[in-house]
Amino acid sequence: MRQSVRVKTLKIDDRDVGAREDQTLLEVCRENGIFIPALCHLDGLTPVGACRLCLVEVKGQRRLLPACVTRVEEGMEVNTATERLKKYRRQILELFFSERNHICSVCVSNGHCELQSLAQQLGVDHVHFPYRYPRLPVDASHDRFVIDHNRCILCTRCVRVCDEIEGAHTWDVMGRGINARVITDLNKPWGESESCTSCGKCVHVCPTGALVEKGRSVAEMAKRRQFLPYLTLMREGKQ
Amino acid sequence: MTVEELHDIAMSEREAQGEYLHHIHVCMAAGCLSSRSDKVKEALEAEVKRCNGEKKCLVKGVGCMGPCAAGPLVSVAETGTMYRGVTPEDAADIVQSLGKEPVSRLVYPTDTPFTQRQVKVVLENSGKIDPERIEDYIAADGYSALLQALTSMTPAEVIEQIVRSGLRGRGGAGFPTGLKWTTVAKANGGRKFVICNADEGDPGAFMDRSVLESDPHRVLEGMAIAGYAVGASQGYIYVRAEYPLAIKRLRTAIRQAERQGLLGNNISDTQFSFHVDLRLGAGAFVCGEETALIASIEGKRGTPRPRPPFPAESGLWGDPTLINNVETFANVPPIIRNGGEWFARIGTEKSKGTKVFALAGRVVNTGLIEVPMGITLREIVYDIGGGVPDGRQFKAVQTGGPSGGCIPEQHLDMPVDYESLVQVGSIMGSGGMIVMDETSCMVDVARYFMEFCMTESCGKCIPCRVGTAHMFDLLTKISEGRATADDLALLEELCDLVQNTSLCGLGITAPNPVLSTLRYFRDEYLAHITERTCPAGACQMRR
Amino acid sequence: MRTDFVNPSPPSEDKRWRLVDATMRRHGRQSHALIESLHTVQESFGYLDEEALRYVAAVLRVPLSHVYGVATFYHFFTLKPPGEHTCVVCTGTACYIKGAASILSAIAQAEGVKPGETTKDGKLSLLSARCLGSCGLAPAVVFDGEVVGKMTPSLVLERIRGWTSRDGRGTA
Repeated sequence: MRQSVRVKTLKIDDRDVGAREDQTLLEVCRENGIFIPALCHLDGLTPVGACRLCLVEVKGQRRLLPACVTRVEEGMEVNTATERLKKYRRQILELFFSERNHICSVCVSNGHCELQSLAQQLGVDHVHFPYRYPRLPVDASHDRFVIDHNRCILCTRCVRVCDEIEGAHTWDVMGRGINARVITDLNKPWGESESCTSCGKCVHVCPTGALVEKGRSVAEMAKRRQFLPYLTLMREGKQ
Repeated sequence: MTVEELHDIAMSEREAQGEYLHHIHVCMAAGCLSSRSDKVKEALEAEVKRCNGEKKCLVKGVGCMGPCAAGPLVSVAETGTMYRGVTPEDAADIVQSLGKEPVSRLVYPTDTPFTQRQVKVVLENSGKIDPERIEDYIAADGYSALLQALTSMTPAEVIEQIVRSGLRGRGGAGFPTGLKWTTVAKANGGRKFVICNADEGDPGAFMDRSVLESDPHRVLEGMAIAGYAVGASQGYIYVRAEYPLAIKRLRTAIRQAERQGLLGNNISDTQFSFHVDLRLGAGAFVCGEETALIASIEGKRGTPRPRPPFPAESGLWGDPTLINNVETFANVPPIIRNGGEWFARIGTEKSKGTKVFALAGRVVNTGLIEVPMGITLREIVYDIGGGVPDGRQFKAVQTGGPSGGCIPEQHLDMPVDYESLVQVGSIMGSGGMIVMDETSCMVDVARYFMEFCMTESCGKCIPCRVGTAHMFDLLTKISEGRATADDLALLEELCDLVQNTSLCGLGITAPNPVLSTLRYFRDEYLAHITERTCPAGACQMRR
Repeated sequence: MRTDFVNPSPPSEDKRWRLVDATMRRHGRQSHALIESLHTVQESFGYLDEEALRYVAAVLRVPLSHVYGVATFYHFFTLKPPGEHTCVVCTGTACYIKGAASILSAIAQAEGVKPGETTKDGKLSLLSARCLGSCGLAPAVVFDGEVVGKMTPSLVLERIRGWTSRDGRGTA
């Protein structure tokens, strides 16, 4: 397994950094303490480049590139925090808030929500896109867990953790576009799922209050993710 | 099959057809079929039989002749006479007139710019050969390019001709085809694939369908040549399930080519094997995007993934994959036959060859046309298209479908090439060209395309998923006279966001119809907002 | 890992399952045959019901949620049984410019259905299509699989009334 991995040097925000050639920009930035927001990305799961929050500017590239799937290259010059990027990130967060119902004050994940904390961090103090507020169901048919589609941002972390780590593939996405929604099995109540192992991984990787444990009240639902890097390593046979 | 055997088939087919004194061609492509050209063909055959003329007159079903709106179309090959709007009752008159004066009440004039301004490369056989008979294609030099490539050219030499031809992708973006082939040829990997993108999804475009219905072997031949050039032995055609006739003819063509040994193992006794399978699309415009198309062939939801890696390195099942569209592959056989330089002489400096357009909308002659690159839009709309009917005023011509834009009168003298169209805010696109007159409201048109993008968005990335929905709502608000200046500012802000942050081409280009109409017809938007009226009279005001 | 599953048998004796089996077999019962298999199911049965989704999932060994995700992603697939007759109005650009919207609203008024819906008596399913490729004949409408060009609202309603009255009862 341990072949000689070459090292690349690149410039991020005018800082010289070194990286292994198989690393992504996001990994290198986080290693070097450079903040890059991301909601769909989670260490240990296949990156999908869907939330667009980690877009960065790379010199010589016409388009913005998602740091989570962009590999480092020798001599790359990357900017992660230009005014333009900050503006887009705020606008994207606003799109998330406007898509469904994200009223923090009544949410069990209030104070433990990645969407909320990113908004605070990036200074999103209001949403100037019209709220869509579709009326979406809350499925509490499972013994231990609840899914509230109103809080779901379609990051697909639950889909990936269930497929890649637990191996159950209970979750997937149905429909498309603005009507897309996560489902269990044949879009049946979660509690009736034939494939769900009730392992709870989906709940703990969910960045918002969409997937939560039953019996939690407002602001009580903190997520535990320590298991993920370990399980990933085990699956890859590196331990 | 050897070169000699191919030659023999061609000769005997030509001889067999040459024995007939008269050749009546009946269009059997979907356009004319929907106005019952099959009944016309039956009537003509019955009439010929009644006159005991089966040995003298051949009635042949052929592909698209072009002016689809004038169908059913019939032509007499030896005189070039074309008849329009033919009914079964006209059969007797047409058969009786053979060798004499044509039936004047049915004649479709062919000495007009519609016919004369066109240059046929891709459509050279359309309307002339029977798409359901491989012999007819072979008689028209079909498969000679493939055998030429296999027996007397190296893969590198084939690619060299494609590079020299200057051919660029006809799917819309115009990426140099030769460069794409080179990349796939050089990619490491034992297994490679060739995919033909026939998921023609632009609402207002039917070029690819017409090519597949009229000359399916041409596409198979182009794919096989590509397979030889890049080192692939398996090809897939991803075709819309909405095109049943094209699917049927492709299936027939594949079967025939396999039987003749022009597809399959060890073609022409060489080491080269090439198989082609069909995969049916299922109604998702986003599958025109390469990575989404690949996901769909793999049996998954057609959602795109970030590039790089490009399919040329990592495509279908992770193997190097060449994806070109129907028209691109259809250009390949004539390029190999006549040489890259021959092709490069047609067109402009940077855009070589011809382009097939589906001309439709508010224009006198609607149908399928093939023109040299560099022709002006004015020539297409006014000379070939015959201008706007009913004495109405031209307003704009839309190219590139939901990824393109509306081009106004002031740019009509611009040459049609990839770069010029981008400069005026549109794109070449796959070839839909819709003419609009004063009765079309530009806000309504933008709203129409945004609705399309919203429903076709796969939903994977947030800017496209939510941004297109917001933009559609704002455009609806404007078209109903309920919007304010702030709404217009918000619309422009969303255009910038969606264009710059979306994951794939669908989202990136979704704002184009809005941006181009705002650029040339801002006053129409303002009329809806400040005066709450629709200058074109198309929108219903709600306030 | 051992993968010697027993292949599940079709849900019923219905002969149409043989067509579905043939498609799956042709593709070696691989998971990538999912879309092709769903096409065959819809061609044979008219729509995709839960039984069919489960059967295809079991034979191809694809997770249920994946099958459902695919079946709902592609608009060509329908999970509801179609009406006795279907009318597809093309809403491609050329047809839109030439009045497809007025055809749809005329049908909505006369029959009370929007695209994607079936009348209450199950006589008529109305669908809209994104370009049939018959732009030269715009606006185009498909009546039970037959494409007819240069349509007007009144011509379309005439055809639809032909269906509903010929079949005895009127529409709901």
